[in-house]
Order: sequence, then structure tokens, then C-alpha cells
Amino acid sequence: MTVRRPPPVRLASPRFQIPIAMKTYRLLPLLLLALALPAQAQDAERGDLLITNATVLTVTNGTLENTDILVRDGRIAQLGQGLSAPRGATTIDATGRYVMPGIIDAHSHIAISNVNESTNPVTAEVSVGDVLDPFDVGLYRALAGGVTTSHVMHGSANVIGGQCETIKHRYGVLDPALLEMEGAPRTIKFALGENPTRVHGRGRNIQPSTRMGVEFVLREAFSQAQRYQEAWDRYEAERRTNDRAVPPAYHERLEVLADILAGEILVQSHSYRADEILMLMRVLEDFGVDRVTFQHANEGFKVAPELAAFGTDGAGASVFADWWAYKFEVYYSTAYNAAILTRNGVTASINSDSGELNRHLYHEAAKTQKYGDLTDDEALALITINPAKQLGIDARVGSIEVGKDADLAIFSAHPLSIYAIPQQTIVDGIVRFDIEADPDDVRLMTDPEEQVEAVTLWQGHDHDRCLEGTYDLVDFMTIYR
Amino acid sequence: MKYLATLLLALALAAPAAVAQDWAPKAEQGAFALTNARLVTVTGGVVNGTLVIRNDKIVALGPNVDVPADAEVIDATGLSVYPGMIDSGTQVGLAEVGSLPETRDFNEIGDLVPQMKALTAVNPNSVVIPVTRTSGVTTVITEPSGGLLPGQAALINLHGYTPAQMHVAGVEMVKLQFPTTGRRGWWDRRSEDAIKKDAEKALKKLNDTFDQALLYARIDSAYRANPEADRRPEYVPSMQALVPAVRGQQPLLISVNAARDIQVAIEWVEERGLENVVFSGVAEGWRVADEIAEAGIPCLVGPVLSVPTRQSDRYDRAYANASLLRQAGVQVALRTGETENVRNLPYHAGFAATYGMGTDEALRAVTIAPARIFGVADQLGSLEVGKKANLFVATGDPFETSTDVLHVFIDGYQMPMTNRQRQLYQEFLERRPGVEKHAEGAVETN
Repeated sequence: MTVRRPPPVRLASPRFQIPIAMKTYRLLPLLLLALALPAQAQDAERGDLLITNATVLTVTNGTLENTDILVRDGRIAQLGQGLSAPRGATTIDATGRYVMPGIIDAHSHIAISNVNESTNPVTAEVSVGDVLDPFDVGLYRALAGGVTTSHVMHGSANVIGGQCETIKHRYGVLDPALLEMEGAPRTIKFALGENPTRVHGRGRNIQPSTRMGVEFVLREAFSQAQRYQEAWDRYEAERRTNDRAVPPAYHERLEVLADILAGEILVQSHSYRADEILMLMRVLEDFGVDRVTFQHANEGFKVAPELAAFGTDGAGASVFADWWAYKFEVYYSTAYNAAILTRNGVTASINSDSGELNRHLYHEAAKTQKYGDLTDDEALALITINPAKQLGIDARVGSIEVGKDADLAIFSAHPLSIYAIPQQTIVDGIVRFDIEADPDDVRLMTDPEEQVEAVTLWQGHDHDRCLEGTYDLVDFMTIYR
Repeated sequence: MKYLATLLLALALAAPAAVAQDWAPKAEQGAFALTNARLVTVTGGVVNGTLVIRNDKIVALGPNVDVPADAEVIDATGLSVYPGMIDSGTQVGLAEVGSLPETRDFNEIGDLVPQMKALTAVNPNSVVIPVTRTSGVTTVITEPSGGLLPGQAALINLHGYTPAQMHVAGVEMVKLQFPTTGRRGWWDRRSEDAIKKDAEKALKKLNDTFDQALLYARIDSAYRANPEADRRPEYVPSMQALVPAVRGQQPLLISVNAARDIQVAIEWVEERGLENVVFSGVAEGWRVADEIAEAGIPCLVGPVLSVPTRQSDRYDRAYANASLLRQAGVQVALRTGETENVRNLPYHAGFAATYGMGTDEALRAVTIAPARIFGVADQLGSLEVGKKANLFVATGDPFETSTDVLHVFIDGYQMPMTNRQRQLYQEFLERRPGVEKHAEGAVETN
């Protein structure tokens, strides 16, 4: 229905085909622009590969011992024993090693040069896909922790923030567009609670300054989008009989909001407290939206039955393994959150929201065995098939199955053990991390003006990377650090 | 219904103590025997047998130990006993809710406030404390942060109702945040020159302060030697606080991370003739490990779970740092640098173990090594007769997330294994009512 950006590489994606058919006139300027740009429609590299004699943790179909995985053209072609490699394909002997699906981080701010457009409580029109940075070494460091896919999110300054981007860790590509996971559903960041009320209410003296206000920022935005859509629908109908019908004014923000209401963009809402989680579910129900994933959701466990009962498939919750107490709305948290959610039938995932945690999400998932005794498959699902479901990419990634993308992580020991060391990480059948072969320095670019390489000291977790780019950041860091 | 009421009444009359315990289980001291246990002593290998606790101490340990008649027996068949883990750098008790200034007590106004004592502000009733100790972490350094000399760190046990009850062996250390040429985070956008100038300025300020402290210490000594003759020196709290450090009576805790800063700090320590210093953080220690080893300065290393300091660094440097320092011959203890997640100390140690250190050495780095560095190895850090009963009983290797910690003893007190996070789990795992207002089957029918 709408278009964020017009690079030609996107014209092949399903996102674009529908709107072109429906509202070509609204796209005309963009199409002209697209034609003016040099054609560069280029697919990310895909590989052939044979992994032999591995313990394969499929996640969805149990554990397969002494199994080979044959990869052709970036996809899993066959699982079995005694498979042979296609001519020219790399073979990895995984004897004694464990292969799991590439880890999916459902909440990240990796590889982007901006996080927040914090100038309005509603900024649905912006997208972090416009500021992707393929040079971020963090992409590689996450690969070295088995991560192959990240959901790169806008920050949490606004009630309705910007659109997010699901990327693959194809570290080494220089074209930002090649990081994008082609065909992944569109997603958008919402944020409830302390962050938007602080930035807009207390920071700018406009609504929302309370959780009451957050609800009505949402309701007003959705109502405007509904009316906008109705105006276009009326116009569509009218112009069949009246070729001088006047179209409504085009409004990008309302276009995006209308797409949310049409179910074309998945809502990913930063949230902590139980009350605000319930509020958003009510609002979405009122506007006929039946899919949502709550991000962080530290108090998701308190309303796990309600989350499970939401919409057709339940609401998702993507949580931290054990982060808490860094602000008041996470004071009444429990590290048993993921286990309680899982036991109550909620599709739960464990995310990083951090350039530190995303290097050991396998360890974060393993903590659910300490906090709630999840089984191996349940724990692994939290960082593979479950986040894939939440992002609408579970047909492509999140488990080791024939036909799925060959996104794989090979470990020296069972990945839920503290002693496991990632050995190779594979994206689309291409080995993007190899502990034996890679150099120490993997930078793709160095700053020509830098005299001495900067030393950046670790000062604890950047709990509020979510607030990076907000007006009071400097003040905030001064008091917080 | 009538039966239920009678039963409840009977219960209330018969066992008020038991009911009270359900509400708030208390720590108990006495005699305990952990039998059939795998005792990971740390200093004396692994012993299969019995460990006896009486009051605050370990009184017997070995394969042929008799169980005292009055001891409460805990059958530890299939279980392992470890000395309580020590985190060598935290802010436990000094901050309750990170973003709320009202709950943060680790950073007093002023760049030079070494007189500020973490021990004064430690909240013994912090919700964080039970969450932490149930993981087997029994003892921590809790430290102020902020300016050049932010105050004094203290070694505390994670049980006690007053700071004095928590304080271990009077261990306190003035903390020095050594002038840094590193960036303080991604948000630190100072130019290279500005960083350099700031560091130089800070170093000058540090030197001036220590010169004054030396002078103050001399005047103080002179006055004490002859109180009649000399005029009493003016009381300057910041100077008074530095006296034990400049005299070497108390370790000086130097927080330093960038390689260049570590080198400058080593020079500074040598120039000043300071013999009792400990480095903390030491993120880039691996780059200058030999120099640290030669200087003979012990290091409190960590957080292990942190990102490399330079873009060009190998991805696993932070994991491997402690091991590389140890291999160079540096005395190493581990720290999380955390407040609410000090419970992850065994996992920081686990990553250090995995990336080169090995399980045994990593275990030492969270037990006997810090005990030695802080001068309390006669009391803590291993399972030995005569030492304080700071220990825990686990289902296996404490570095593995599949391991459960079943019992924790601090100063011989058997700790209740509850905390708010567990209480929330118990309440919400099977919430009643569930999604309906009345849970199924809960509606009265008669």
C-alpha cells in the first residue's frame, strides 16, 4: 500500500507488487525515480556446502546424531548420512560438534547510524532501513556468537517509532541493501511506559506524560489512519465513475499507520509493565490488529494468560534473560519470565538489545534452565524458531529443515553449555565466521582521520541504547553513568 | 467448609512458628553436617565426605568425619560443595533502581572525595541481595564510582542487617579512578586531543592531591608523636582518608583499563613508592600483561562479559583477558562490575574458563585468589577447617546454567533460598485466576 524508499532492488519484493497494482498513481513519482537510478538489483551471495557427521539440533524435529547437512544454493537441501559434496563445495567436518540453526536476535540496534527520530510521539514514516551501516564490526562479533539474523529496531523514544529492518549478518558486503533479509515482513517499533513519557511528557511537555496519555496517542493515531484510509477508499470508489475525482492529500505517516491497521506491518512494542501490555492489546483489538510482539515485556509473566489468548495465535513476548532493576518499570521483574511465558503457551524469545549480549545469546537462552528448567529444545527455540515466528520469517529460518535457508551455527560443545565455543557461522550457505580462518582485525574500513585507534571502555550494559539520539541524551548519560 | 475452618484453626494454634516461617523464612545458625558430599575445597583438591559447620565456622571436613549428634544433616549425595564466590567489583547495595537518582548512592559530588565510605550507604535490605546470594555469590566488593577519588570500597558478605554485620574483616580500600585516555562509552564524543588533555589535567590533579596527602600524613604523624608540642592540624576529611593509602596500611584500589593508562599507572605507583595497590577493571591488561606481572600488581579483572575495547581487536579479547593475564603470571580475581546481576559472576567465570583459563583456575579467581588479594584468606576463599562457613551446595559445576544452587551458608547462617524473583515465579507460573475472572472449577456451586 505504501512505499518507504524506492531503490530498484526492492521492486522485486512482494511488498512492492501489491501497492503497484493497487495505487499506481501514488507510486508514479517513485517509479520514475527508480527508472532513473542505475539498475543494481543484486542478490546476496549464496553458497554450496557440506557439513558432515554433526550432532544436529534441529529445534523443531529433535536432535539428529552423526548427521550430514547438504547445502545447495544457500538452502538446506538434504539431511542424512553419507551425503556427498557437490563439486567445488566446501566440506566442514563437524565430528564431535553441534550444529544449531543460526541464532535470531529479535531486538537489536546493530549496524545503524541513528536509533531515534525523537521529534514527535508518532514517527511511523521513518525507517532504520535507511541508515543501515554494513561496516559495523558488531555484525561480525555477533556472527562469532552464532547470530545470523537480527531485527534492527528504531529506538523507544516515541509511542509509535520508526519502522525496523530484519537483516542477515552478511558481514563483508558493502551495499547496505544486501544486509536486508529479502522478503521479510515489515515491522514497526512502538514504545510504552517510561521512555516515551519521559522524552515527550517530561522532556517536551506534550502528551504523553503518563501511561494514560500513551493509550490516547495510539488511539488518535490509529483513528486518523482509519479516516485517511476511508478517504482513499471513497476516492477509489468515486474515481471509477468520476474521472475528475480529487484524491486526498498523500501523507506518509498515515500511509504507514494504515498499513499497520491492514495487518501489513507487524507491531513490535517496547513495553515493561503488565498494565501497558494489557492496554496495547485492548487498543489493537479495538482496531482489528491481531498480531503483536511485546519487546522486553519484563512483566509479561504477570499477564501470560492474556498474552496467550490474544488474537488468533496469541501475542509474542521477546524478553531479556535476566536484565532488571535498571529503571523502576523493571524493578518487579523475574529471570523466570521466559519460563513462565513458555509454560503458559506464549511464543517467547530471548533477545539482546545490546552489542554485548548479542554475542552470547546461546548463553542467555541457557539461563532459562537455571530459571525455570526449560528443556534443551524449549531453550533453543527462544533464540531460533520463536523469534522467527515473531518476525514472520519462520518459513525461512529458525530451524534446521530441508528447504530452509542454510543459516547455521557450529559449536564445539552443546550450545547451552557454558563451555561451548562457536566455530563457524554460516549465512545462506556462506561461511561468514570461522574461528580457525579469520584474522583478528576484521574491520572493513578504517577512519582515515583517526591518528590512534580509539579505546572505548566498557561501562556496563547500554540499557538505554533504546534512547540513543533523544534530546536529553547527554544530560541523561551524565547523571546515569 | 466447617472441616476446613477447624483445620485452619488447628494449624494456626498448633504451629504458629511454622506459619511465620512460611511468610518470611529466616537465616539459621547452628550445627550442620553436609554428608556424602563432593567437597571442592579449592586449596586442597576435591574430597568426598562430610563437612561440618558449627556457628560461623567450618569445624570438620573429610572422608571420615563423624556427624555431631546435634547437627542438622543435609544429605549431599550427588551434590557438590564449593566455597562461596567472591565478586571483586560491584555496586551491590549502593543502587536499587538504576535510573532513579534517589536510589543511587555511589557517586558523591566532588572529584576528590576519598572519605566517602560505600559501607555507610550499603542497604542491607536491598532486594538485590537475596537475588544475588542464592546464586552462590556470598561476598562482594562494593565500590563507589564517579570522580578521580570517589570514595572507599568495602568487602561485604551478602547477609546481615547492618553494614557492620556484613563487613568482612574490616576490609576497606580507597578507590582511585586513574586518569583515562579511553573513551567512556559510545556516547563519549570528545576529540583525541581533548581526551589527552583531560587525562593530563586529571593526572596533575592526582599528583597534587597525593603530594598534599603525604604532607598531611607527615603533619599527622608529627602531631600524634607529640600532641603537646605541635598545633593540631586542621581536619581535612579527604586528606585524612588518604593517609592509610599513602602509608601503605591499606590497599589502594586503582580502576584502570586502557593499555597506555595501565602503563602510566604502573609508573605512577612506582614513582610514588606505593607498595599496596590493586588494579581493577584492567580491560586492556592483556596488551601489557608482562609489565603488570613484573610490577607484581594483583588485578581484579572484568567484567569478562564485555565487548573488546578496540574495533580492531579479536572478538573474544574480553573473554580471554583474564586468562592471558594469568598466563603472564599476574594474580587475577574476577569482577562483574554489576549491581543487580552480580548473580552472573559464575558465568563471567565460566566464559573466562572457556576462553583459556580452565575451570579450576577460574574457580580460584572467584574464591581463594580474591581472598588472598584482600588479605582475608585465613577466613574465606576455600573449604578449610577453621575458615568461615561461607559456602554453597550445588547440583554440579556452578559455571553451567543447568546447575542449581540448593543451599547457601554465609557466616554459618543457612540462608533461606528465596528471593523476590523466585516468589514472583511461584505466584505467576500458574496464575489464579488465569485468563478468566474466575478460574475454572473455582466457582462455588452450592
